[in-house]
Amino acid sequence: MSDTTPLSSDVPAAGPAIGQDEWVARHAERRLVRGGRLGAVEERLRAVPWWAWLVLFVAAASTMPAIESSGYVRRVGFDTVIFMLLALGLNVVVGWGGLLDLGYIAFYGIGSYAYAIFDSGQFGYHLPTIVAIPAVTALGAVVGLLLGLPSRRLSGDYLAIVTLFFLELFETVATNGDTIFGHNITGGANGILNVDPLSFFGHALPVQHNGIFAVSYYYVALGIFAVVFVALRFANRSRVGRAWRSLREDPLAAEVMGMPVNTLKLLSFATGAAVAALTGTISTALSASVFPLNFSPVVLITVYAMVILGGSGSQWGVVFGAIVVNVLLQVLQNPGQARVLFYLVVAGGVVLAFRLSRRLALLIVATAVFGAVVRVVAGSLHRSWVDGAHGGIAHAVSDWVVVPVRLAAWLPPVAYGVLLAMVLGLTLLRHPVLRLAALVPTIYLAAFVWENVMLPNPGPTRYVMLGLLLIVLMIARPNGLLGERRVEIV
Amino acid sequence: MAETLLELRGVTLAFGGLTCVSSLDLHVDEGEIVSVIGPNGAGKTTLFNLVTGIYRPDEGDILFAGESIVGLPPHRITRLGIARTFQSLRLFLNMSVKENVMAAAYGHTRAGLFRCMVRTPGMRREEREIEALAEERLRFFGERLTGYRWEQPAYSLSYANRRRLEIARATATDPRLLLLDEPAAGMNPAETHEITELIGRLREEGGYTILVIEHDMHVVEGISDRVVALDHGVKIAEGSFAQVASDPQVIEAYLGLQTAVSK
Repeated sequence: MSDTTPLSSDVPAAGPAIGQDEWVARHAERRLVRGGRLGAVEERLRAVPWWAWLVLFVAAASTMPAIESSGYVRRVGFDTVIFMLLALGLNVVVGWGGLLDLGYIAFYGIGSYAYAIFDSGQFGYHLPTIVAIPAVTALGAVVGLLLGLPSRRLSGDYLAIVTLFFLELFETVATNGDTIFGHNITGGANGILNVDPLSFFGHALPVQHNGIFAVSYYYVALGIFAVVFVALRFANRSRVGRAWRSLREDPLAAEVMGMPVNTLKLLSFATGAAVAALTGTISTALSASVFPLNFSPVVLITVYAMVILGGSGSQWGVVFGAIVVNVLLQVLQNPGQARVLFYLVVAGGVVLAFRLSRRLALLIVATAVFGAVVRVVAGSLHRSWVDGAHGGIAHAVSDWVVVPVRLAAWLPPVAYGVLLAMVLGLTLLRHPVLRLAALVPTIYLAAFVWENVMLPNPGPTRYVMLGLLLIVLMIARPNGLLGERRVEIV
Repeated sequence: MAETLLELRGVTLAFGGLTCVSSLDLHVDEGEIVSVIGPNGAGKTTLFNLVTGIYRPDEGDILFAGESIVGLPPHRITRLGIARTFQSLRLFLNMSVKENVMAAAYGHTRAGLFRCMVRTPGMRREEREIEALAEERLRFFGERLTGYRWEQPAYSLSYANRRRLEIARATATDPRLLLLDEPAAGMNPAETHEITELIGRLREEGGYTILVIEHDMHVVEGISDRVVALDHGVKIAEGSFAQVASDPQVIEAYLGLQTAVSK
């Protein structure tokens, strides 16, 4: 490795004298550049221009419908692009502006409702798409600006509270919007139905093709994604983008260096809101309807998870985060796939923790034996305790985990609670042998809880798993998957 | 006699019952280097915060180039031509060295968000100008802030280089008056010596008028045209370094009454 070259050769004797801290700073830099073949590949990849990556990405994404004929998978692809757009917009506010905006999804809702009102039988307006999309985007920006006005002097927690309140307000208005001064505007809880599809120059894009999701919407979303990505990238690499990031780093210093902090906050808010509103138009046009429940805090948390997991501040990071989270949530909806994922994660975690050592082998054998013994004992006590339903890859698992035909009502919460207590207890154990011994029943109990409690309830399980993933990732990579290295205070 | 660039007239600021600055009169002439000294808590940094608009004086007036700047937001004051550095370094740590300096050019550039998003020719020209400006301001510090350093994040810089970057960033706002808050704090003797020379060069080559807070008396002696001593927010002495350094009130403020009397 090049790191091992002695100090004397790093500092040319004839060169300018550099102080000790200079040397330390350069040493850190030398270590950042990886040596060897991997480093060479990394250098090559870094030399590829950003637009080439974008073209490559969009081209690869465009081939998806050719490979997958299933309407469901194509629809998931479309939703993923929608989430990518939402994450890009939120990244402007959170990643660059450094503003904790918990009302973000309200702008998505405003865009959706605005499109539904401009293009449906609700009031009989049918604006052409070429007018509706810019109009709704501009409306989103204006509402973002208006919400920003009272909160421009707020930051951190206070801004979060005010914007969260705005999201609740939006939901309340949308849900009760069928009786605003006697007028039906939002359709209330039933939403607005029969929204027009997108139409370009008189040609309507059908929402369905041969009874399945129409791929044209996927391409429209992908095209809008590319445009938004480029526009935001240009904005980031400009005086405005630099000012946003300065504001995130140190608002006082930014203000004193001549940047109008309050105006810049408003601008960042409005830009994020405009992207969210724009996203609302295409998703509403595809689903041909809009309901208040589409804009619940759960959606907000999901988009935040995407941004944080991918790497707040990095455009590719949040796009990657959107793909990972949305695909994961879909995979977790299918019990068979979720089960594979669960056991892979457990196995991967154990291997990562113990590497390929003798202790790993011991753990595997001990866990297998422990499970078999528990199952035999339970089976001999009563037959129904081990005869629960199974499917998929579970044949191996079903001979090992106890799955009763019917669970006593008290069992799920108790098992879940005991599992949590055991995991917490594990983190307190220091002695390696004790740790290994305690890990065996913990893994078994985790499998028991998974099979009996989590799998039958895929809805909450998805989010529990997502939360677990976030925790693990934030410990392993605090800046997200593709996030740049960040330093808060030195 | 050069024209007066900055003038404070009877400026008073109190937080509750604590008077930080009281009826302070101060002036800085164009092309001058004025040092402000005083023990900790004397109100030196508060003075900077007043001039840059972070605090608003309770009484009195602050004039820059003959115009009152009281009540203006800080970014407006910066655009008029006052730039500062911070004693407790406030760099944009997760931005590159060059971006730190480029960001400070915000006040004298025009391109709006929409023009930035579509990269109009005018915006691109402006961007090239900002970049050239940043490179020029960084080259002023010689090899320490040039070359491969430009693209590195500011947090990777050593402490001394961060202090230099703070000065480079302040000069990118195109100021007439530069306020330096303890530029030599935490530096070793060699670096302190270098800073002394640097402040001189900032005036000769950059043409800036400089108001500097400094604790290191060698630096103060080396650079100052005039020295102002503060204690408890009150100006206790003003004049050449030799005059101020031998002033009994200044010695008392720094060393206590006993020493002053016995001397």
